[in-house]
Amino acid sequence: MGKLNQQWIYAWLLLLPAMVILLGFTYLPAIETFIDSFFSTARGRRPSVFVGWENYERLISDDVFKRVLWNNAIYALVTIPASIGLALAMALFVHSPRRGVGLLRMAYFTPTVLPLIAVANIWIFFYLPTIGLIDQIRALFGFSAQNWIGQPDTVLYTMIAVAVWKEAGFFMIFYLAALQAIPQPLREAAAIEGASRWTFFKRVTLPLIMPTTLFVSVNAVINAFRLVDHIFVMTQGGPNNASNLLLYYIYDVAFAFWDTAYASTLTVVMLIILSVLAIGQFFFLDKKVHYK
Amino acid sequence: MMYSMKKLVTSTVLAASLLSTPAVAVDLEFYFPVAVGGGAADTIEALTKKYVEMNPDVNIEAVYAGSYNDASAKAITAARGGNAPQISVLLSTEMFTLIDEDLIEPFDAYVTDAEKETWIGGFYPSFMENSQTGGKTWGIPFQRSTPVMYWNKEAFKEAGLDPEIAPANWDELVEMGKKLTKTDASGNVTQWGLRIPTAGFPYWLFQGLSTPNGAILANADGNKTTFDAPEVVEALEYLVALSAEHKIMQPGSINWGATPKAFFEKEAAIIWTTTGNLTNIRTNAPFDFGVAMLPEKKRRGAPTGGGNFYLFKNASDEQKQAAVDFVKWITAPEQAAVWSIATGYVAPRPGAWETDAMKAYVEEVPAALVARNQLEFAVAELSTYENKLVSKIFNDALASAISGEKSAADAMAEAQSKADDVLKAYRSTN
Repeated sequence: MGKLNQQWIYAWLLLLPAMVILLGFTYLPAIETFIDSFFSTARGRRPSVFVGWENYERLISDDVFKRVLWNNAIYALVTIPASIGLALAMALFVHSPRRGVGLLRMAYFTPTVLPLIAVANIWIFFYLPTIGLIDQIRALFGFSAQNWIGQPDTVLYTMIAVAVWKEAGFFMIFYLAALQAIPQPLREAAAIEGASRWTFFKRVTLPLIMPTTLFVSVNAVINAFRLVDHIFVMTQGGPNNASNLLLYYIYDVAFAFWDTAYASTLTVVMLIILSVLAIGQFFFLDKKVHYK
Repeated sequence: MMYSMKKLVTSTVLAASLLSTPAVAVDLEFYFPVAVGGGAADTIEALTKKYVEMNPDVNIEAVYAGSYNDASAKAITAARGGNAPQISVLLSTEMFTLIDEDLIEPFDAYVTDAEKETWIGGFYPSFMENSQTGGKTWGIPFQRSTPVMYWNKEAFKEAGLDPEIAPANWDELVEMGKKLTKTDASGNVTQWGLRIPTAGFPYWLFQGLSTPNGAILANADGNKTTFDAPEVVEALEYLVALSAEHKIMQPGSINWGATPKAFFEKEAAIIWTTTGNLTNIRTNAPFDFGVAMLPEKKRRGAPTGGGNFYLFKNASDEQKQAAVDFVKWITAPEQAAVWSIATGYVAPRPGAWETDAMKAYVEEVPAALVARNQLEFAVAELSTYENKLVSKIFNDALASAISGEKSAADAMAEAQSKADDVLKAYRSTN
């Protein structure tokens, strides 16, 4: 009995540091955010009071919230497959040893290393009408200037392009590691059997890198909600919320409008979306992930 | 023996250092933002250091707090956590928000009646519009600006216009803009006549149109806006028409930061931007340029902009008095002149323009006078309670009209009703 107790104490002591940090910085704030979403924002002379579902009712009638949710859906639906697809393509391209492949790998990985805030300032100049890089290239072919980040129908896609550019190199590293881990005998066996490269890719490579795909896609989903740094620099969500995303809106509500209660409500929505997506990925994809 | 010697020496040094510190040293923390490049941060730090050297009984820690938005976020977060700075420079438009958050205190209690006249009364009145409400002075103008018009004299010559004369009113702006807009063989525009940056926060330069058209966007109590007034709608229709009808300006939202570059690259022949860009444009424009006041319509007019000193409530009386003394010193003519010359901000008091340093500067850069002369016609920058929320409502509405999603009248009516929803809570008569 005494020995068992001692082991329990050891176990708890070993768990303690991680638990304190998780509790203090993840679970407690999440619970507090949830509680705050049922109160009004305290404003100097007016204290915070319990308002029940009022913040959630406001959410339903908030046009900007609907807009950012829709934008974020497009942002996620494009950036996730595009960055994963591009990452896999780049990884396959730089997988086999060739002359100059190290340099190419480094080039693909560079966007990951560069701070997004700094790079976004450069992207602005790519997108500028007439004097920007993209328009100067288009002008060579006689296309007219486009105000890429200044018009509502293109601005979201310019933000998506920056996000994909930023993420793909990072995901490529994981795919590259997974590809390197595929045993050589499989390749030789496939060659003897006369399998085409496409068959080999579909039947051998793809199933074997599925665990990596799961990991990468979980990250891509999180990034689709988290990666908003360039919005701060390039558009501030504009024009008229055309490039506004959920997390950027939460920042605005919390730290520009100082409406912390409503920001908590928005955060709860975001947490629910992320949890549902993450749980879905783990439970439903997990069965298909491991090659048996 | 050795040990006790050492101990003796240490304790003596300790005692001496304790004695040499003045008994009543006041510690102040001072947050400042930097919105323009150049040596703004260095200048503030140098001025603060100079003051501390002259006044050994005060110790001021000047903390660079990032952009205006960062500085506000930091100051308010710190104040909510009970660690507010004693003084901070923040946007003049934050006045109502800071009052509403119950974070700041008026300067009135810390100045004598005589000083109210000579010191507070000595700032340009247009700067005080964003600094006073309810008969009290909540902000002291410091890094203040106003938008002006820059024009490329070479482009004017090429277009057959007099390079020395800028468009003086709205009609001339369109007329000259048309002459200045150039297209290539395939019909693509290579040089726009005009560039009024509208991305991010279009309301500020829009005030350069609504004010001349006779509109004041918000009342002095900060609880009522007039977004749907006919003068405002008309000004917005004019702004939209510059691209849509007259085709002298790039359609869509126009980037702020790249505006000087577009000017240098001759992508736009006339630009509107803050006077804070004067030093930048002077250094980098590869051609002769002019600076003029914004064109007039029913009257001349422009908004003011920039930051004020605020006094935070949670400080001790001693700290507040010391803070006010420091603000008095740094806004005095000599210091204001140093600051204005280093940054391009408009010196906020007539006295500063009478100093030798300022006179020499104006002789070298006569363009600096344009901003000062415009102050006579300038009005408060849009500022209300829940300022960021209300200005976002207005910005979004302006953007939707600029992009053609909505008509000017619809966009403004919608903005007004949303602003009313937010501001009605502040209208109760107490």
